[in-house]
Amino acid sequence: MSKNKVVGKSAVRVDGLDKVTGAARYVDDLDFGPGLLHAVVVTSPHAHARIVKIDTAAAEKMPGVVRVVTGKQCPYKFGLYMQDRFIFPQDRVRFVGEQVAAVIAESPEAALRAAKCVEVDYAPLPAVLSLDDALKKNAVVIHPDLGNYERVPWFFPRAGTNIAHWRKTRKGNVDQAFDEADYILEDTYTVPRYAHCPLETHAVTGLFDLAGRLTLWASSQSPYAQRGVMAVALKPFGLSHQDIRIITPYVGGGFGGKAGVSMEIIGAVLAIAMKGRPVKLHWTREQEFMNTSQRQGVVARIKMGVKKNGKIVALDHTLHWDAGASAEYGANVVNAVGLSATGPYSIPNVKIDSVCVYTNMPPCGAYRGFGYSEFHFGLESHITRIAQALGIDPVKMRTLNAIREGDTLAYGAKMNPGDLCKAIDRVAKEIGWGKKEKAAKAHKAIGKSLACFWKAPAMPPNASSAAYLKFNEDGSMNLAVSGMEIGQGFLTVMAQVASEVLSVPVNKIRVETPDTDRNAYEWQTVGSHVTWSCGNAVRSAAEEVKTKLIATVARAKKMKVADLYLAAECVKSRKDAAFALPFRDFVIDGIMRPDGRYVGGPIHGTGMFMPEFTSALGDPETSQGGHPNVHYTVGAAGLVLEVDKETGKLTVLKVALAVDVGQVINPDLVKGQVVGGILQGLATAMYEDIRFAADGRLLNPNFTDYKIPTTLDCPLEIVPIMLETPQPDGPFGARGVGEHTMIAAAPNIADAIADAVDVRLKTMPLTAEKVALAMRGIEYEDVKGDNLGFCFRGRPCDYCFDVGGAS
Amino acid sequence: MKDISICLNGEVRQIAVAPNETLLDVLRNRLGIKTPKEGCGRGDCGACTILLDGKAVRSCLILAIEVHGQSITTLEGVGANGLTALQKAFVKNNVFQCGFCASGVILAASALLAENPQPTESEVREALAGNLCRCTGYEPIVETVLAVAKQAARQPAASRRTRS
Repeated sequence: MSKNKVVGKSAVRVDGLDKVTGAARYVDDLDFGPGLLHAVVVTSPHAHARIVKIDTAAAEKMPGVVRVVTGKQCPYKFGLYMQDRFIFPQDRVRFVGEQVAAVIAESPEAALRAAKCVEVDYAPLPAVLSLDDALKKNAVVIHPDLGNYERVPWFFPRAGTNIAHWRKTRKGNVDQAFDEADYILEDTYTVPRYAHCPLETHAVTGLFDLAGRLTLWASSQSPYAQRGVMAVALKPFGLSHQDIRIITPYVGGGFGGKAGVSMEIIGAVLAIAMKGRPVKLHWTREQEFMNTSQRQGVVARIKMGVKKNGKIVALDHTLHWDAGASAEYGANVVNAVGLSATGPYSIPNVKIDSVCVYTNMPPCGAYRGFGYSEFHFGLESHITRIAQALGIDPVKMRTLNAIREGDTLAYGAKMNPGDLCKAIDRVAKEIGWGKKEKAAKAHKAIGKSLACFWKAPAMPPNASSAAYLKFNEDGSMNLAVSGMEIGQGFLTVMAQVASEVLSVPVNKIRVETPDTDRNAYEWQTVGSHVTWSCGNAVRSAAEEVKTKLIATVARAKKMKVADLYLAAECVKSRKDAAFALPFRDFVIDGIMRPDGRYVGGPIHGTGMFMPEFTSALGDPETSQGGHPNVHYTVGAAGLVLEVDKETGKLTVLKVALAVDVGQVINPDLVKGQVVGGILQGLATAMYEDIRFAADGRLLNPNFTDYKIPTTLDCPLEIVPIMLETPQPDGPFGARGVGEHTMIAAAPNIADAIADAVDVRLKTMPLTAEKVALAMRGIEYEDVKGDNLGFCFRGRPCDYCFDVGGAS
Repeated sequence: MKDISICLNGEVRQIAVAPNETLLDVLRNRLGIKTPKEGCGRGDCGACTILLDGKAVRSCLILAIEVHGQSITTLEGVGANGLTALQKAFVKNNVFQCGFCASGVILAASALLAENPQPTESEVREALAGNLCRCTGYEPIVETVLAVAKQAARQPAASRRTRS
């Protein structure tokens, strides 16, 4: 039994009251008074065009307009991992919806009216709207200067091509293993682009004050990373880190879309253009879809070799990603998959090529799951198909190949603790695996499936966290961290970690949203890593506070440090049961000694954490030698699906998901991640269906046509199962869980459809339409038309990437 | 501009509005009422839900000029005399995550319970189907609304007080 008092219990969220009363403020809720200016951007109607001329004269004369800004005033690039994104494009636009200018006016209406009067003269260029076009010989090159772009050392762009990055992982001898395999299956799976759809669209208000200091109030998952990126990009304006302050109030959902920097830097340069007056830029829902980041589309070719008993001996996994016009963040998704596309299986011979390809589509970036949802669709579907071909139980095949602690990963490092086999067992039991169920009605059929998942945070080796913790006179505390509360319950979890160490109740620890001037450093709130990383920093800060509390009492009362401990907000003594000095009696004002002098003073603590064991510097040709990932969280999910054989309608009757979180810190919050993540995953599998016109225009940038689930689209039953194999370097043994819960959903649905009606879908999304067509023997590829969810034409089996393909 | 008079969270307010101003914009930008959120601006998401004469409506689809003489309740008004049973339960059950949908969900659920104190699960789902939430998967929202309704059935007097 755990001896934890707070960790492992469902503490009430520290932001709960703020959110049900409406006290919670988001960027657009902040008031800046009558001096506030409003900006609207002018966007490109072309996927690829040369900018011949921008005429702002008419717009500048419009009533209420104070300034029009174009790339002329701001010829700078930016990017988190590679500087390939333009604040305002210079010579050419690279996707439909790209900002070419911005109008700043006294009201949003005036800005909008004037934006329509900015005249941009374009000379259209051939647009690269498919991976085939991007990779063919003599392809139109979208970033001619790629070779000169600043980037991190673990990216390998190919100058003169559209390849932004190519991650290669090689282990064992794949060719020989295929020769020796009893059965080989090779096939191609495709996953389109997806949109994050946070309820709150991106917003930023910037103030470049009269003293030359830039403050941004941003809807962001990454205040410190934003400051860092801006300090680099805006250096020509004379700005450094000390001149930039990012304040992030509550954020209305992130899902990766508010990681890094996107439109915020436009807000920054508009503020700089209007010294002394705040400027607000607030994306419309349409812009949220088109010009932040999307999830990359991918074509994944999988060749897997197995022995008769189901043991996987070889995997050749080639993924070509549609990164869009900018890969400054997306290339790291590609990188993460290039290292981990074995899935949670121990495979002795591995060849992975994960290739990031520029296209003239909207830029892509981080999205909950960071590439893992995308590759698990093909990989897990593939394993089920192989098991069925060999006459092996697909669940048993997974257990046979499941990765275990200490196994050698594809890039040579060792696997961390985590009980995948237990997760598989628990899920199999929960969904009644092996028991065929009959639908109540003749026109319906029921199918079952089970898929495994894993994911590691994708982060630079020196991504770190810090925490400041201080007492107030009444014994309450403030915890100043810069992980972002994007809904997952981060603030509450951090309060629980501090509470566990110090015995101060969670509801007496106020955890504030970030302000880069006041809160401690945090790299970013991404990768499901802040509970682990920032949790370690908070624990270390709390331990420092604990040491000071005890030392102060020991000194003032002439007691032994070893005899003192903390309980119920008091320093107590193991030697004297009657002794209990409440924190509130001394944490600010100290302890009075008999002679009237005081001992102590305001007590506070700081903590930090950096995973010093990681390194991104593996061999570029094999990825061997580095230690790029801190740890993986593993798990399994299964579902019971009802398929209407006439309409193709899919009803999820039950989902069970087991995830090894190391240590549950707050069961309600983990459950929240499981239930919410499952629905988001199911949405990508069954409902969300992004469509682009043949000229690269996004056709459904709204919730009428891009359908995210409502209360009526939920599984009938969800069973979250939390396993706890401790993570040795995690706070109280915890590791991340936020993204993992949506990863298995797509292969779960694909396999359950196959089980129910014997139809194998290999192209997401797995809509009712596709199922109904397939059941009538009609190939979706024949009837899909020109408006696609990703930039592919033709049939997946015809995709040929020989030019840019694996070498 | 035209003068309108509304009863906003129990107080009579007069304001001159332009014929093309949405109720959402007037509430947020001119009356300082920030709990209705703009998530889409076209009636898809429900984040701007308010109560108009007790009925849950989307304030982004209504012109301010249309609501002269009507009564408007926003989240600011719901908890003005202490948290309602619904709000308390939403906090206790750790229901909301990012919270951006919370105002709309609470108002839609309040309107449902006022009209139908003992809804079935499908009635709750139907009533909240216009309020998108990307975080929670809806289960905790639906469960909590049903639990509050059940609790109110056991304590009818108390429920009447908190549901005013």
